[in-house]
Formats: sequence, C-alpha cells, structure tokens
Amino acid sequence: MDPLSCTVLVLGGGPGGYVCAIRAGQLGLDTVLVESGRLGGTCLNIGCIPSKALIHAAEEFAAAKRFAGGSNLGIRATHPSIDLRATMAWKDAIISRLGGGVYGLLRRAKVKVVNGSGSFRDGKTCLVQSDTGQQVITAEHMVIATGSEALPLPLLPFGGRIVSSTEALAFESVPERLVVVGAGYIGLELGIAYRKLGSEVTVIEAFERILPQYDVELTRPLASHVSSMGIKVLLGAKARGLDPSGALKVDLADGNETRLAADNYLVTVGRRPRITGFGLKELDLTMNGSAIEIDEQCRTSMRNVWAVGDVTGEPMLEHRAVTQGEMVAEIMAGQKRAFDKVVIPAVCFTDPEIVSVGLSPDEARSGGHGIKVGNFPLSANGRALTLDANNGFLRLVARADNHVVLGIQAVGQGMSELSAGFALALEMGARLEDIAATVHVHPTLSECLREAALAALGHGLHA
Amino acid sequence: MSERVIKLSDIGEGVAEAEIVELMVKVGEPVREGDVLAAVMTDKATVEIPSPADGRVSWIGCEVGQKAAVGSELMKIEVGDGADTARELAARTKGAAPAERVGEQLQRPQQPRSAQEPPQLAPVETERPQTVEPATSNVPRAAQSLAQARATDRPVAAPAVRAHARDHGVDLRFVRGSGPAGRILREDVDAYLAGRVQAQTSLQGLAANTAVEEIKIIGIRRKIAQRLQDTMRRIPHFSYIEEVDVTDLEALRADVNETRKSGRPRLTILPFLMRALVMALREFPQLNARFDDSADTLHRYGGAHIGIAIQTQNGLVVGVVRHAEARTIWDCASEVQRLTETARSGTITREELTGSTITITSLGALGGIASTPVINSPEVAIVGVNKIAIKPVWRGAAFEPRKIMNLSSSFDHRIIDGWDAAQFIQYLRTLLEAPAKIFMET
Repeated sequence: MDPLSCTVLVLGGGPGGYVCAIRAGQLGLDTVLVESGRLGGTCLNIGCIPSKALIHAAEEFAAAKRFAGGSNLGIRATHPSIDLRATMAWKDAIISRLGGGVYGLLRRAKVKVVNGSGSFRDGKTCLVQSDTGQQVITAEHMVIATGSEALPLPLLPFGGRIVSSTEALAFESVPERLVVVGAGYIGLELGIAYRKLGSEVTVIEAFERILPQYDVELTRPLASHVSSMGIKVLLGAKARGLDPSGALKVDLADGNETRLAADNYLVTVGRRPRITGFGLKELDLTMNGSAIEIDEQCRTSMRNVWAVGDVTGEPMLEHRAVTQGEMVAEIMAGQKRAFDKVVIPAVCFTDPEIVSVGLSPDEARSGGHGIKVGNFPLSANGRALTLDANNGFLRLVARADNHVVLGIQAVGQGMSELSAGFALALEMGARLEDIAATVHVHPTLSECLREAALAALGHGLHA
Repeated sequence: MSERVIKLSDIGEGVAEAEIVELMVKVGEPVREGDVLAAVMTDKATVEIPSPADGRVSWIGCEVGQKAAVGSELMKIEVGDGADTARELAARTKGAAPAERVGEQLQRPQQPRSAQEPPQLAPVETERPQTVEPATSNVPRAAQSLAQARATDRPVAAPAVRAHARDHGVDLRFVRGSGPAGRILREDVDAYLAGRVQAQTSLQGLAANTAVEEIKIIGIRRKIAQRLQDTMRRIPHFSYIEEVDVTDLEALRADVNETRKSGRPRLTILPFLMRALVMALREFPQLNARFDDSADTLHRYGGAHIGIAIQTQNGLVVGVVRHAEARTIWDCASEVQRLTETARSGTITREELTGSTITITSLGALGGIASTPVINSPEVAIVGVNKIAIKPVWRGAAFEPRKIMNLSSSFDHRIIDGWDAAQFIQYLRTLLEAPAKIFMET
C-alpha cells in the first residue's frame, strides 16, 4: 500500500485517543486514528460501560429478590430469576451501539480510521499491519493512547479459572463461588454485583481495610454494607496461588493459612500502562516507572510525540484521558492549553457509591491548611429516605481562613451523579458561602451539599 | 545476556542528522537505566540520549564532533551482565511486577513493610482509582497528597478565566484577585493586561489608551504579507545607495513639460529613469532576469519589462510596463499613468500585474533620504527612487546649489555580486546626470 501522510496520527482508539482524534479533526487537522481492536478502548468494551450495565442489572435483580419475601414498600414479587446470557446480550448491545456512535463521530470529524496494529518506526513514522496488508503512515504529530491492561499476579497468572475483570464482565453464568483478589474499586464493584446476582463472594485484600486509597470514614458505610450483604472480606491476607486441588492458598492476617475453593478467582490488583507491542522502544522516551512521562501539556521527551490516558500512569480514569486528548488536539492546532485542572474526580460504583473530589480532611491538613469540615448524613435527607437509601453521608472540606472549598466527598446511593457539581465547585473556586447561598432543589440528594456547607459554617438547618 | 543498540532516534521535525557534542560514557563502563549516554546537537537544540536499560557499554560507534544521521547506531549496551542484574532487569523491563515489587508498592509511609518478607509471596494488591502508580511506582502516598495540596494553593480562578489568562500569556500568580477570598475574575486578568499603564494616569488628566483592535489580515494585504515574508526568507538582499545629481535632468524635464504637445502626459522623473534603465540593462543584462531558485535556473530577458510599484488603497501592487525598450519616453509615461489609474480603480488585470523583469519603486514626493526596497521576487533587482533635495555641492571652485536625488537599490545577492550591482548603479547615475546620453544610441 502507498505510504499515507497526515498531520496527526493517534495510536489507540480508546477515550483518550478517539476524543483527541475527533477534536483534531474538528480543528481541521488531517488526522488518522489507528486501532487494532474495537473503538472505545477499555472504558467502552471491557471497563466502565459493561461494568455499569452489569451493576445495574444486579441491582435490579437484587431488588426483585428483596421483594420476593415482601418488603417495607409493600411490593411483593414471586420467584425472580436471572438469565445471565440475556443480561450479557443486553450489555453487548449497549457496547455496540456506543461503539457505532464513536465511529460515526470520528467520521463526522473527517478522521480516517485505520484498522490494524500500529508500531512506531521512529517519531514520525508508524507501520500498521492490517488484514489487507502493511501501511506506512508518516505524521507530523504522534499521539500515544495505548491505554492499560490488567496487572497480573505472578503466582496467579490469568487463564482458566483465574480471570481479570475483562472475563468477569462476560461470564456466561453466575459463578456459584467467586473469590476476588484485591479490594480496590474494580474488585469491589464486581464482587458486589456478583453477590447480588447470587454468587457466594469472598474478597481478600493485603491491606488492613478495603479501598485503601480512601479514608476510613468514607469507606466505613461501604464496609458495613458489604458484610451485611454477606460478602466475606479477609483483610491483611495474601493470596499464594492455587494448590493442586485448585483451591486458593491464602495467608491470613493472624498467621494461619486457609484454602478457598471457588469457581472463579477474579484478580483485580491494579492496571498497568500498555507499553509493549507498538514499537515504543524505537522512540526511547523518558519513562516514569512503567508509564510514559509527560509534562502538563502531555508532551513526551520527544518533540511532537504526545501521550494521553492510562499509558501516562495514574489516575487511570476515562475522564482524565478524555481531557488530555482534547487538550493535546488543541495544542497541536496552535492553541495555548495546559492541564491545569484543580481536581480529577474519582467515583467507586460500589453499593453505596463513593465519590471523592479534591482533598480529604487529612490530605488538606497535611498540606498545611487550617480547615473546616461539614458533614451531612443521608439519613437526614428526605429524598434519601424516600429512595430507601439512607446509608452514607456527604462531607465538605474548606479552608478555615477564607472558606474556599478544598474537597468534597460523599458515600451513598446515587452520589455519583452529584460529582459534577462537586467538581464544578472546586474548579470555580467556590467558597462555603457560595454553596450555602445557592438554591438546591427539594427534595433531592443534592441538598446534602448545601447542608454540609451550612454545617461547616456552623449553622446547619436539618442536622 | 543480550545487547541493546542505541540509535539516534528522530529528534524532531525535519532533523536528518545531529552532531555528537558530548559522550558521557566509555566502553566497558556500567550504566543504569536513564543515565545520559551522550548529548547531540541539532540546529535547533541539544538533546540528551538516555540509556534505555541497565548494563555495560560494549561498543561506541561515534565520536565527539561527528555528525550522525537519524537512525544510525551510536553505541551498544550489553544488558543482563551477571545473574543479579538479570533478575533486577527482568523486574524492571517485563513490567510483570514480581512479588517483591508489588510488595514495595503496597508500602505506605505510615506502614513500611518489612524488607525481610519472603519475596515469593504474592500480596494482594488493589486498584488505585486516584493517584498511586501501579507496578513500578514507589512514590510515597504522602508526597503525592502534598503535591495535590500544593496544587490547590494555586491562585483561585474559574477554568474559563485560567484559559483566558493562558491565551494572553498571563501568569495568574501575579494577578490580584478582586473576588471573594481573592478569587481571580476575568476582569482582574484584563486589568492586569491593561496593567501598569492604567496606574500611571497622569495628573494632567492624560490617560493611557489601552485599546487593542483586532484586524484580520485578509485579501491583498495577506497576499502581500505572505509574499514579502517568502521573499525575505529566500533572498539574501544586498542594498546599495548612491547620490545622483539630477540638476540637468530636472532642467530638461521642466523644459520638455513646458513645451510638450497638447494631449501628451506631463513627465515625471519616472519615464526618464525607465529609459535610462533600458540603456543600463543593455550593458548589464544579468540584472534583467527572473531567478527560479527551485530549478536553479536564471531566465535572462531580452525585453525590459519594468515593474512599477503603485500604492493603492488596499496596498502596494506592481504594474508592468512591457517592452519598455520599444517605447518612447512618452509611451512610457502614458503607460505608467494608465496602469496607475487602473490599479487604483481596481480594474487592473492579472496580466498587467505579472511578468516584470526588474522593478522601480518610488516614494515620490514623500521623500526620505534612503530606503531598502524588497525585491519583487523572482526578479533579481529593484531600483528605489528617493526625494530630490537641493543641496550645496562643491563644484571645483565653490558650493553650488544642486538638485540631488538618491537611488536606493536592492539586489539578489545569490545572483548579483556587489561589484556588478555598484557598477550598474554607477552607469545609471552617469546616464541620469548627463540626460542627453539617455537618448543617444551607443
């Protein structure tokens, strides 16, 4: 095939890559996107979207089961059952619909999508292997958006019954017994979902508590709900591999050893940047651990070679990748941009959900701030009671001297949808007074935000 | 044991080779991943080449001062020297994070994990939704929190205000915020931009005008801008300025104008200069040419197609008087007049604006004592006319008032040597100072 030449080549069609390509196309840059698999990357195909579909189905099923024995709401259901194949087909339909949408958006932005596996020859040339042959593409700008992959444990290599989140999102039937290794957000989200679908779930975590990235106060309502759901959590425990019978050997916190037999072992100990298989060594870029090092404009150590998303390291979140991709396109088009976000919000879609935006009280204190903290429990919110979801609270951290909000965290059902308001408050530099003086709709969960601000100001109304 | 070849990777746009300016290592020396091996210099910048792995330098194929092509092999590094390094290296390059590294990663500042822990254990690890790096990061969490906290010590401003500041190159740390809690508003950035000047409003009531009008450069002005930019980038200009005593020429011109037949145009100095140019170009044909530098070819013309720079409302255009060698002085004058009128009325055609082989530019009565005209590319010479002034000139026995005019000319130095340029102008001067010669066939 004749060599192709363009202004921008984006390697990887995940959220970071495809958004970068769309924006570059919108800005009139001649753009080519190279992707070997399906568009949409981890998020759309094996991450955010399928997991949220599964979580929703599990919640609906759990509700139906709750109603089976009668309920406070007066609803009674009889013998609810789930056909996981049908659930997965529904999930897959969502994925293909969104994937088609991505393709359409790229086409509308006049981005050329090359289906094949790209490999760098140098900072200006990429060789793409596809079904139809080899294609050399030269570009003025290269954007590396190769994403991440599940981190394996050496003693529990993926394969057979040892699975990563990818396989767990495509089970054909609900495993009777599931062991989740690693109580981070992915492990807990899936563990809770399969518990609701009927699995017997055990979670093991080497650290002394679940979700070690979040503070104890924030994870406490989750921890209590997890155990009330009947999920067994082993803390301070280490997985040591399978014994000949196929059971997982686990060193417990008290020094004893135990064995856990299960249908599947889901290993969710983290993700790592995908840095092999696309000729990265030809570029010899400066690395930051196993991630590509970038500056605040997503520049790598080579001129006009950019990197966005998970391949640049933590936090590996879709919304970070998208923001970076969009920004890089604008910089390539000559605009003055830099990644100057105050916060990158993070959400765990567990039950209850956990949202964290900005600094926790401890982080703010260790940053040298005198702070004011306002808490508001969901149990004092009318809407939460009408949703039968009063487990959780909202917490607001502000500077003591000028009341500028430093962080907002929340735990509770439906809190994920409040995260945009939290992030907006922090980006705008809101003070407690700004939030307190904003009319919040009654009856909604969002009232908790205003109440927490009032509490921090010392004159809470409803608590 | 394996060998890694360090190549000169592509350093940037259009760079085909780079000069080795420093070698930091010798053959046999051990290097660690990230150590700088060499520094290379392009015409744009000096770039350091880091080692991609731990190992030992086994071969160096370049020396300081040498130019190396992009892609050429600079040195080789033997990796996996000894069992220890091999293990260490495996841990690093596979990224498969053997047990001890995962353990390391679990460390939190408050909870240092015992180093004696059996390395074959595979401790359970969790995803990190927030700020911790997997696999190889060992940045303590507290440090990251601090970094994040410091980030919030940044000036408080809404995202749109930050973008506005960035667009105008304003560092928000220097802007005083007038909003609550010192929040920086868009107006504060604008005030900062207007800045210091505003503070200097004088007691007399004079105020600085800080208005900035944005004018899109379009149409002919944009064409002019692009053309001049291209011309100045491509052509090394050589400028030469000489005084010409035009007392006699001016006397002749006054006389001819007074006695001209009705219907004939009033002669300016331009037609005389055009005729003189025709004569001079016979002696210096290399100046009547167009240089196609992309084909390395100079086209020398028999006919003198003289471009005349004409100022119009929209900017400068160059009308072409074709075959000036075949025109009388009156012809030249009426053609210039016609071109000027059509150019100013906007009816001049493309053909009338192209094909000149040398150009005359005149600021006319506006004057100035000298100018450095820009060549009308792809021609190789342009002759500029400055204002005539009466000056005292020493003429053997006394100062006499003489009419003096400067000719300011530029030449494409790639084609025209300074000597030839000067000779050409001197010849033109002798013609203009003794105007009868303009009309004499030699």
